[in-house]
Amino acid sequence: MDLKPLFAPKTMAVIGVSSSNYQHPANVIFTKNLHRYPVRVFAVNPRGGAINGQTIYKSISDISEKIDLAVIAVRAESVPDVLSECIKSHVCCAAIITGGFKEVGRADLQDRIVAIASEGNLPFIGPNCLGIYVPSLVDTFFLPSERMVKPDPGGVSFVSQSGGILVDMMIKFADEGVGLAKAVSIGNKALINEIDMLSYFSDDPATKVIAFYIEGFDRNEGREFVLAAKKCSKPLIVIKSGKSPEGSRAVSSHTASLAGDYASFSSALAQYGVLEAKTELEFISFCEALSAYPQPIDGKVGILTVSGGHGAMAVDACTLNGISVPALSKSFQDELRKKLTQSIAQIASLSNPLDLTGSAIDEDFVACTNALFNMEEVDCVLALLLPYVPGITSDLGSKLSSVASHFGKPLVAYIPHVEKYNMLIEGFELNGVPVSPSIDGSVQMVKAMRRNRP
Amino acid sequence: MMDVRPEIIKIINDSRGNGWVLEPDAKFIFSLYGLDVPKFILARNQSEALRFAHDIGYPVVAKVVSTVILHKSDVGGVVVGIPDDTHLKDVFARFMLMEGFVGVLIEEMVRGVELILGSKVDLQFGPMILLGIGGTGVEIYQDVSLRMAPLLPADVQGMLTGLQAHKLLEGYRGTEPVNKDKLENTVVAFSNLVMDLSALIESIDINPLLCSSKRCVVADARIML
Repeated sequence: MDLKPLFAPKTMAVIGVSSSNYQHPANVIFTKNLHRYPVRVFAVNPRGGAINGQTIYKSISDISEKIDLAVIAVRAESVPDVLSECIKSHVCCAAIITGGFKEVGRADLQDRIVAIASEGNLPFIGPNCLGIYVPSLVDTFFLPSERMVKPDPGGVSFVSQSGGILVDMMIKFADEGVGLAKAVSIGNKALINEIDMLSYFSDDPATKVIAFYIEGFDRNEGREFVLAAKKCSKPLIVIKSGKSPEGSRAVSSHTASLAGDYASFSSALAQYGVLEAKTELEFISFCEALSAYPQPIDGKVGILTVSGGHGAMAVDACTLNGISVPALSKSFQDELRKKLTQSIAQIASLSNPLDLTGSAIDEDFVACTNALFNMEEVDCVLALLLPYVPGITSDLGSKLSSVASHFGKPLVAYIPHVEKYNMLIEGFELNGVPVSPSIDGSVQMVKAMRRNRP
Repeated sequence: MMDVRPEIIKIINDSRGNGWVLEPDAKFIFSLYGLDVPKFILARNQSEALRFAHDIGYPVVAKVVSTVILHKSDVGGVVVGIPDDTHLKDVFARFMLMEGFVGVLIEEMVRGVELILGSKVDLQFGPMILLGIGGTGVEIYQDVSLRMAPLLPADVQGMLTGLQAHKLLEGYRGTEPVNKDKLENTVVAFSNLVMDLSALIESIDINPLLCSSKRCVVADARIML
């Protein structure tokens, strides 16, 4: 199936627009696309009328242009007929926003729309979903524009079974500077599921990382998913809900008891190189790190700090996650000490972590980062930066970022996220270096880059 | 499915009523796939049991075979290290009184590290293979690796290093290391069996799989349908 018209439609029909209820989901979708997106949008309702000075067409067949994407927001009972009309009018793709199908026990109605769409060769997203959001191109979410938080355009495409989780993660992406390529809420995934999305985003040039929120797979679809994942060269990140065992269902063998649904899920994903985020914080960290650095590393970290405590906490988190913090040779330390400013040359501790003390200035960090990236033993630098130390300026972000980009090796920073430190943070993020608001988060970013090594 | 041997299909179909395959039948199926099973006989009476014990030599293991008892050790239905005729006769007499009695499995004694090798047909991911530290404490330690079948020899190595107790297999405090080649072959052969039978079964436990420097032997097994 060709899903390009779904993500980059030139023409869109919103079916179910009301001429009287301005808060109707279809009206929100129609209005925001009319005002804010380049897609040519048409309103449809059998009663006709007008909205925002635009004609409401009585049927999709009345629209003279060929429609790329039909957004369907009519009552569930009417969806089969609407789909049939779309097929007659040669619509390319559809997003069925309407709920009231399998999720409320109407599997029969869902089966019917799948049968109609399959026969008519009309791929659709949903039902019971928010549909598609592509920055600057199209937005089928029935959420008023002024209420939405939109991340910057970027490399992560996010596929979610839940619309709520999708919108919420977009807020967190925006907060943490994670860029979004495409967002899609697949709802009941009656026709288009995670495997179709994986296949589409694998070939989508704008997508660098594919992230999924998954509640569960249908029969054998987990197997299909990981086998498809194995062929995909882009990093895949999954967060799963519904991990607890299913109550007291009697289990007759040890294997069945030990290999429960979630244990199988988690093992199969790891086996095929899909990175599973266990928590929301991990998910955001993984997305941010892998969109900056998709290439796998071994995970040998050089840690820069101005506080012994921060260094020790980072080492603990690394050890817990199987990341090594290699010792640095005496000759390396002696060489590096010569490059440091006089005020810290004698008091800095240059074993790993490198504790530059509260008297360090930007140039000391630059010298250390250069030295660490120059050595074989280290494949990643973690900079724990505390901007309340007087020698650190807001320019340090861009300075260290340019060192990292010169070496083509990954740099990750921890900086407390408060408004007054934003210039420092943006100095990193706008130059492609991920920044975490916590030490744990910064270590999770390194863990993500190891891409599933045990 | 086309490749499954007719005698296996017959055993499985005949076992549907019970819900599981009796241990001797399960071991027969494993042996067809090249897994190592102890020398055994299903003795219907004492004289069959004694004759076989003499053939293979004492000590022997005796296990009750019953259509009702799934967890044999829970009811005292497994006795290892039986040294002579007198003890074997006593054990046989006691087992005969157990519910659903079919016979007594007499086996050679095998020693080694106790592992569990199992499979479960998962709804989302299909046949899965589990390998870990076995024995009666298996659900307490939960030290297991899980992978989607089919497996290659390299996968088995990864599963072993993933175990917390993997040092036990390298030869710990004077014990012999486990024969890795035999173990690898056993797991891969088991994975082939699971792929063939996945449409017919629900789960399989081989517990313990006894592994030494010489052999990896299916000491006890059940196939749930």
